[in-house]
Amino acid sequence: MSITTSTPETGPEAPVLRLDQVRKSYGGNEVLKGISFDIRPHETVALLGPSGSGKSTLMKCINLLERVNDGQIWLGDTDITDPRVDRDRCRSRIGVVFQQFNLFPHMNVLKNVTLGAIKVHGVPKDQARERALELLDRIGMRQKANAYPDQLSGGQQQRVAIVRSLMTDPELLLLDEITSALDPMLVGEVLEMVSELTDKGTTILMATHEMGFAHHAADRIVLLLNGVIAENGSPRQVMDESENPRTKEFFSHFRSL
Amino acid sequence: MSSTAQVHISDVQREREQYDRRQNLQSVATSIVSTLVLAFLVALGLHYAPGWPKVKESFFSGKYFAQAFPKVLQGLWLNLQVLFFAVIGVAILGTLLAMIRTSRSPFLFPLRALAQIYTTIMRGIPMIVVLYLIGFGIPGLAIFGRIPVALLGTVAVILSYSAYVAEVLRAGFEDVSPSQRASARSLGLTSGQTLRIVVIPQALRKVAPALMNDFISMQKDVGLISVLGAVDAVRAAQILVATSYNFTPYVVASVLFIATSVPFILLNDWYSNRLRKREQSGGMV
Ligand SMILES: Nc1ncnc2c1ncn2[C@@H]1O[C@H](COP(=O)(O)OP(=O)(O)OP(=O)(O)O)[C@@H](O)[C@H]1O
Ligand SMILES: [Mg+2]
Repeated sequence: MSITTSTPETGPEAPVLRLDQVRKSYGGNEVLKGISFDIRPHETVALLGPSGSGKSTLMKCINLLERVNDGQIWLGDTDITDPRVDRDRCRSRIGVVFQQFNLFPHMNVLKNVTLGAIKVHGVPKDQARERALELLDRIGMRQKANAYPDQLSGGQQQRVAIVRSLMTDPELLLLDEITSALDPMLVGEVLEMVSELTDKGTTILMATHEMGFAHHAADRIVLLLNGVIAENGSPRQVMDESENPRTKEFFSHFRSL
Repeated sequence: MSSTAQVHISDVQREREQYDRRQNLQSVATSIVSTLVLAFLVALGLHYAPGWPKVKESFFSGKYFAQAFPKVLQGLWLNLQVLFFAVIGVAILGTLLAMIRTSRSPFLFPLRALAQIYTTIMRGIPMIVVLYLIGFGIPGLAIFGRIPVALLGTVAVILSYSAYVAEVLRAGFEDVSPSQRASARSLGLTSGQTLRIVVIPQALRKVAPALMNDFISMQKDVGLISVLGAVDAVRAAQILVATSYNFTPYVVASVLFIATSVPFILLNDWYSNRLRKREQSGGMV
């Protein structure tokens, strides 16, 4: 395989993430059937698709929680699917927030937020603490620094989880349906925080079922249908103007709601 | 939380608090009275039991108590030493077994099978049989020369209790949600760090009461090493009983065993209390 390996572009506009013919199966079930797309610096890409289409699987492959069966994933100029690569180091370059159970229930907010910086990136404790408090302050949660996760609302927990993933300035932020376990009342505050990150130029790949939010916040939409990319374009191109009948069918479910 | 609550107290709340205080006093009084009544009835029953003076003499004799106390206490020192090393050994071996049992790697399959067989068999054999097997079997092999019986006893306790503790820990590990692991690995923590910082602390909290039970019964079972001839508290008492035909030394041993377990029971209570307090404090404004 490595003979035909593609080499990454370099330079300021080189993609932050590049997927090349990524395949992943569970047993005989091929979930990802050759996925290729790029994410450029400061881009926000929304990954859409029906339940079971493989969005989470793709996220896990990018984050090396799952191994791909074929294809390559480049993070900057590192081929992270290369078995010789330091997988823990690659993971530490990507920030991740899941649907739920992100925070460690036995640690207070401050410890949760500083853990990765201290243990993985070797940031001195005082410095990590200071940065954590500053970030918490920005989302109005500084006074909760000593609270434990079960004393926070779901929305607050997710916002802390986002802060934690930002602590070490990741090259890429993966958000996997971070609002779908939340009470509808709390979705807004979390999406607002994501919007702010988008505006600040954080590079984001997010799986979501919030179509309105994807339309407004994403620079680009990638639509996964049956393990292949059905669409890859601007929100307007994909969500409003696509002539592909399967694309139209997918979005029609959300319009009727 | 409390400061804001104390600023305005309505009459209704004041009345409620008075009521709560009265209820508390009442229940304390009730429990004192019922305890006294029960103690009185027991004393009365014993006093009129025809054999009581004899029983009192052979189990609760002040003279023998004073005589036995220093010797049994000396024996207890051995129990505590054995317990100390056994706890360390069980913690290490039990954690290892639990880690192997919960591992998923196909390379570890043979180890996983062995660990399962080990925990199944060890939990089926009575402690005393393990003691005999180790205590008399290993010296019988005549490889290591003379081994102190206390050491053999310690090994037997470790082998036996690791199996129980491993199963408790395994249940704890499996109770920690896989997304916690995923979260930890996503931060870039290594699998070792994930286990140490995220999985084990959460698992321990969940199984702390079960572990405490194992610990307390281990503390008692350490007394079984006397069957190998080690002069621990039980053995010391036994020797005294054999020479005096008075059973008070056994009572001395029991009292000392209870005394050593009390700190751990208090520790356990303190710990679970702290967890509860932790969950109630902070956060809420
Ligand atoms: N660990 C696993 N073992 C076996 N099959 C799995 C595993 N994880 C996911 N799958 C399967 O892979 C497919 C894709 O799952 P995935 O979780 O990636 O979907 P998704 O697009 O994230 O869906 P949702 O929108 O509901 O989150 C599903 O058919 C699922 O059953
Ligand atoms: Mg998913």
